Amino acid sequence: MQREADLASHTAEGPSRRDFIVIAAQAFAGVGAALALWPFIHQMNPDASTQALASTEVDLSPVKEGQAITVVWRGKPVFIRNRTPEEIKKAAEVKISELSDTSARNDDLPEKAPATDLNRTKKGHENWLVLVGICTHLGCIPKGQSLSDSRGDFGGWFCPCHGSHYDTAGRIRKGPAPRNLEVPPYAFMSDTKIKIG
Amino acid sequence: MATHESTYRPTSSIGKWMDARLPVARMMHAQFVDFPTPRNINYLWTTGGLLSFFLGVQIVTGIVLAMHFAPTAADAFNSVEHIRRDVNYGWLMRNLHAVGASMFFLAVYIHIGRGLYYGSYKAPREVLWIIGVVILLLMMATAFMGYSLPWGQMSFWAVTVITNLFSSVDSIIPGLGTRIVQWLWGGYSVSGTTLTRFYSLHYLLPFVIAGAVGLHIWALHVAGQNNPTGLEIKTASDSVPMTPYAVMKDGFALAVFVLLFAWFVFYVPDYLGHPDNYVEANPLSTPPHIVPEWYFLPYYAILRAIPNKLLGVIAMFSSILLLVFIPWLDTSRVRSAKYRPVYKWFFWLFIISVVALGYLGSKPPEGAYVLWARIFTVYYFLHFLVIMPIVGVTENPLPLPRSIAESVLGKSGQPVGVGAPAAPERR
Ligand code: HEM
Ligand code: FES
Repeated sequence: MQREADLASHTAEGPSRRDFIVIAAQAFAGVGAALALWPFIHQMNPDASTQALASTEVDLSPVKEGQAITVVWRGKPVFIRNRTPEEIKKAAEVKISELSDTSARNDDLPEKAPATDLNRTKKGHENWLVLVGICTHLGCIPKGQSLSDSRGDFGGWFCPCHGSHYDTAGRIRKGPAPRNLEVPPYAFMSDTKIKIG
Repeated sequence: MATHESTYRPTSSIGKWMDARLPVARMMHAQFVDFPTPRNINYLWTTGGLLSFFLGVQIVTGIVLAMHFAPTAADAFNSVEHIRRDVNYGWLMRNLHAVGASMFFLAVYIHIGRGLYYGSYKAPREVLWIIGVVILLLMMATAFMGYSLPWGQMSFWAVTVITNLFSSVDSIIPGLGTRIVQWLWGGYSVSGTTLTRFYSLHYLLPFVIAGAVGLHIWALHVAGQNNPTGLEIKTASDSVPMTPYAVMKDGFALAVFVLLFAWFVFYVPDYLGHPDNYVEANPLSTPPHIVPEWYFLPYYAILRAIPNKLLGVIAMFSSILLLVFIPWLDTSRVRSAKYRPVYKWFFWLFIISVVALGYLGSKPPEGAYVLWARIFTVYYFLHFLVIMPIVGVTENPLPLPRSIAESVLGKSGQPVGVGAPAAPERR
């Protein structure tokens, strides 16, 4: 009885040892529960076999000037277009200030790199435009790969889902998409061969 | 639980033995037999029973489908065709399940509309209402994941577009949105991995819904049912026992609703679906028009009405989450819109907006369609955020009857509109 009265008076005055132990135990259990949760969350992230499939080699020799092909990299379509000199010229003439997304969105360059045509391609291979063919709005596949497709108001690609127009460097020019089409990490193995990823 | 005299009297010796040990029958009797229901509830109060029925239909037919369905990218599409063509009565199970989802949503929208009209969200039913909103969200998640399972073109692209909504987080914290989306997908694009996890969750969530429905009914039986007058049950003459009165009414409504259900299932099973979903998923080609199932169209219209990606996503989610706050946004002293001459008109305007948004959601987002979608989206939000709080204060409600019984029987205690007690039938 005496002890209980003591405890009661302690609580009235300020935190007692018991309060401290309860809070410490709760904090300990809380942190433990949070840590135990992590494996259950992380198991849903891309697994080792998915990550292992991360690179694709492509032979460019059959793609003539003005043509385009679509290959699959990490389950996503990748657009490869052999641009005509006019298309390159059109893309190079655009001023950065005319763009709604000014970042190059090139995985091989820093985020800050401006979206010039040079930053969207590889030096010495400016005719080749390599892009992840997924609209940056909600993930549809834009039209423009086949010659009969509508290529939108800027001659690049057009996404019919909600009407996004991309130019001949794959930059967003009109419509709801917030970003330029992504340039995946890739390198030229030879003049006619690239490795994506 | 609302207290009332129990009339449960176990007669058999097994019944008595059980009653002294685990009185489940006594509880069921108290909650579903003698339970006092307002004597004036109309057919809109049968939607709760309908919803319980359709949850049962989805679970039973779903378990059957699961016995024949293969949740992999290579086999899913073919296994659904196999169910439709080869499995004994597979066509029936599949049609019941696919059409059942639509009927479930039809019933839930009527149910919610009833709650909005008669002010069923107002004190003391706020928790009951909020559990209802949670159930709606769970139903949406379940139906969305279920729709991915047949792995047709619409399945695939609906999953792509909807999961990509989360990538809009990238414009607040760069990179986080992409991480979330890849976590949902289990890869760098929608794939068989995504299908398999959606299947696991599609099987789980209906049972979570069943649990939430249990809480919903518990909260209902604590507060008691609302009714067209919005008055509480005060005396015994305001109520009738749930069995047989409410149960018979529920049974009749169910029979009528099931006729509609059966008409779809047997005559036009694919009417509510999209033909593109009978084309197998192709990750390299998007169908020209992506539309969700009809029950998601209003939200899809809100999403597309807003030109900014992030804001569109926020508007779409808030259009549902807003429902949680209605108990506090509605400032009126009176529950039922029946006695609210001004609010009543706004209520119907709101219903028109939702239906119009549904129509616009099915149209391509061009020209006048976009303009109208914007107008109705604005009204949707104005209704809750501005009109509800203001009209509740400014409006002069009509006089309320003194009790539920008076609203039915009139002051004389005679049934309204019936002059004399019914004469014996003469043949
Ligand atoms: C809240 C309850 C449920 C809802 C709203 C729901 C909704 C749906 C929807 C919309 C589909 C796609 C139908 C189509 O267009 O083909 C579907 C498919 C499927 N569901 Fe459910 N479902 C529910 C419960 C369940 C349960 C409990 C199970 C398993 C035990 C299940 C198993 C399946 C299977 C295997 C499929 C794929 C076969 C098919 O597409 O016909 N569902 N569900
Ligand atoms: S997904 Fe391309 S415009 Fe929406």
